[in-house]
Amino acid sequence: MTASTLSSATSAPLSEGTGLSLKKRLARSERRRKLQAALLVAPLLLFILFTFAAPIGKLLWRAVHSPEVAEGLPKTSQIIQAWDGKSVPEEAVFVALAQDLDTAYAEQRLAVPAKRLNYDSPGMLSLLMKAGRKVASFDSENLRQQFIDADPRWGEVETWRVIRNASSSYTDFFLLRALDLTRSASGEIVSVSDDEAIHLDILYRTFWISALVTAACLALSYPLAWLLANLPAKTANLLMICVLLPFWTSLLVRTTAWIVLLQNNGVVNQVMQLLGLFDAPVQLIFNRFGVVVAMTHVLLPFMILPLYSVMKSIPPVYARAAASLGANPWTVFWKVYVPQTLPGVGAGCLLVFIMAVGYYITPALVGGPRDQMLSYFVALHTNETLNWSMAAALAAVLFAATLVLYAIYSRLVGVNNMKLG
Amino acid sequence: MALPDYAGMPEKTVYYGVRVLSGLVLLFLIAPILVIVPLSFNAEAFFTYPMPGLSLRWYLDFFGSAEWQRALYNSLFFGIATTLLSMFLGTLAALGLARPEFPWRGPVMALIISPMIVPLIIAAVGMFLFYADWGLVNTRLGMVLAHTALATPFVVITVTATLTGFDARLLRAAASLGANPVTTFRRVTLPMILPGMVSGGIFAFVTSFDEVVVALFLAGSEQRTLPRQMWSGIREQLSPTILAAATLLVLFSIAMLVTVEMLRRRSERLRGISQ
Repeated sequence: MTASTLSSATSAPLSEGTGLSLKKRLARSERRRKLQAALLVAPLLLFILFTFAAPIGKLLWRAVHSPEVAEGLPKTSQIIQAWDGKSVPEEAVFVALAQDLDTAYAEQRLAVPAKRLNYDSPGMLSLLMKAGRKVASFDSENLRQQFIDADPRWGEVETWRVIRNASSSYTDFFLLRALDLTRSASGEIVSVSDDEAIHLDILYRTFWISALVTAACLALSYPLAWLLANLPAKTANLLMICVLLPFWTSLLVRTTAWIVLLQNNGVVNQVMQLLGLFDAPVQLIFNRFGVVVAMTHVLLPFMILPLYSVMKSIPPVYARAAASLGANPWTVFWKVYVPQTLPGVGAGCLLVFIMAVGYYITPALVGGPRDQMLSYFVALHTNETLNWSMAAALAAVLFAATLVLYAIYSRLVGVNNMKLG
Repeated sequence: MALPDYAGMPEKTVYYGVRVLSGLVLLFLIAPILVIVPLSFNAEAFFTYPMPGLSLRWYLDFFGSAEWQRALYNSLFFGIATTLLSMFLGTLAALGLARPEFPWRGPVMALIISPMIVPLIIAAVGMFLFYADWGLVNTRLGMVLAHTALATPFVVITVTATLTGFDARLLRAAASLGANPVTTFRRVTLPMILPGMVSGGIFAFVTSFDEVVVALFLAGSEQRTLPRQMWSGIREQLSPTILAAATLLVLFSIAMLVTVEMLRRRSERLRGISQ
């Protein structure tokens, strides 16, 4: 309800002049208010769509859309669809391949489809590049034999199966690989061989580290949140600063602090040796321990704040009633108090877990090679191996996991109850 | 909440146990941040106590180095640009979303909030590949757009919070007293949402100022921000200059914390919600 709609509605008498019924004019003004509200939101909505949603949509699309072979070797991709998949293809397929290789090599873009095929089967890159170099010198007669003479792998059914599988613009190859699955010769989904199976391990590791961090946050937060909720407001506010200061401090500052503290000759090792608890410096960083400690420190405020706000709202009468009815303190705590804090526990745990699953910076800086999480491999495939389809597939797995967790969170807590600070 | 006189041994154990445990957790939270502050004044390039002597050489290094100065300038530039843009977009959207007649509130809200939920690495890689098509990688504009997308949800949330319980009759009262829409906004709506706008703006600034994942992908050497510079420093050679930068950032976060707390109290007082 804005002033403008009101003033325009009151400026004209209700029944005179316009010839429109009251009902129609009400409907019109209703529409206009809706439009005004929509226009206020529209700039941000469009902004988020273009700068944020579209990039992510396109990234996820890349996980299934992989046209490198279909575009790079168009004739072969088309003709091989009719292949029976049992024996080495006919001469016609080799003719198409020779033409595709010739064009692509001359235009210096053979590496694109060759690299894509190499993801499916290592060795394909060199096989195609070699054929690309030689194809110009081939006679146009009996190409099949010349290809096989140049490299016997052209006479293997497996080579052609790889080309056929990659010849479609749409593929589930990368998504399956992200879960350590692949398609067998007959098209069934099977597990990849053990030496290629790395992604499920990373996925388990990501969830395991996140679960450890969540558990550590809960264990550390519960007593502190309880104390903060039950202390006099003045003391509680003072102590709350200790919770909020890390919350406001730069992530990089906190990660740096942990590196300085946990180094072999760092403050923690010094203190421990002074107290006689360690005989020699202990490796505390660039391993799992360092990752869990640093991530717990970073995410702790996100557990304390929801727990605190729930505990603050619990009236003490239930605990008193239980005690007066003869329950011992443990029963009062476990059967009466804890159940009332469960909404806060659930909200805090989910929030911390969601944030932990997507973590990149802290594990990358304080973890060892065996402690890197899913995010690290998304970055690795984007920057180092340049296998963007694989990066997209791993991102899709991470995205799906986050979405599921978030759906649970919003059902439990509600988006509108999200508070800051 | 003092311990009653009749408390027995178990009660005493719990009473002191919780306090000791909480004290340790508070120490865990605050100690790492405080430990690095004195080390930044160390005369030697070590990260250990006791320190051989005090000096300001790492601060001189920080303020004298062209790289760190450019990083500081870039961080402030992106922070301020992001704050202004996200305050504008976020406040407008929050005003629209708060109207009862706004259609499809659920899905729209979910989309607007999504930058807070989607893992940063997904956003960063997506933006990197998408912005490359538009020539926005390694540009200031690309960084501002990306940071604004990440920061605006905070403004929407804080302004929406100041609008909950907002009495729409105040607007009608203003209109009936002859105020035009602009005056109504300026004299009635704005004072109500201003604390939310400012604290949302601070959140937006800090989001941009602290952001490093997107900067890793979108910022070239010309657009390097402070956190990005610290990231390289940590990866290559941990120098005490990083601790000087970190100490300055801690001071900065204390200032932010105090400001937001003051604003929150003021807003609650204005809306008549007492603590």
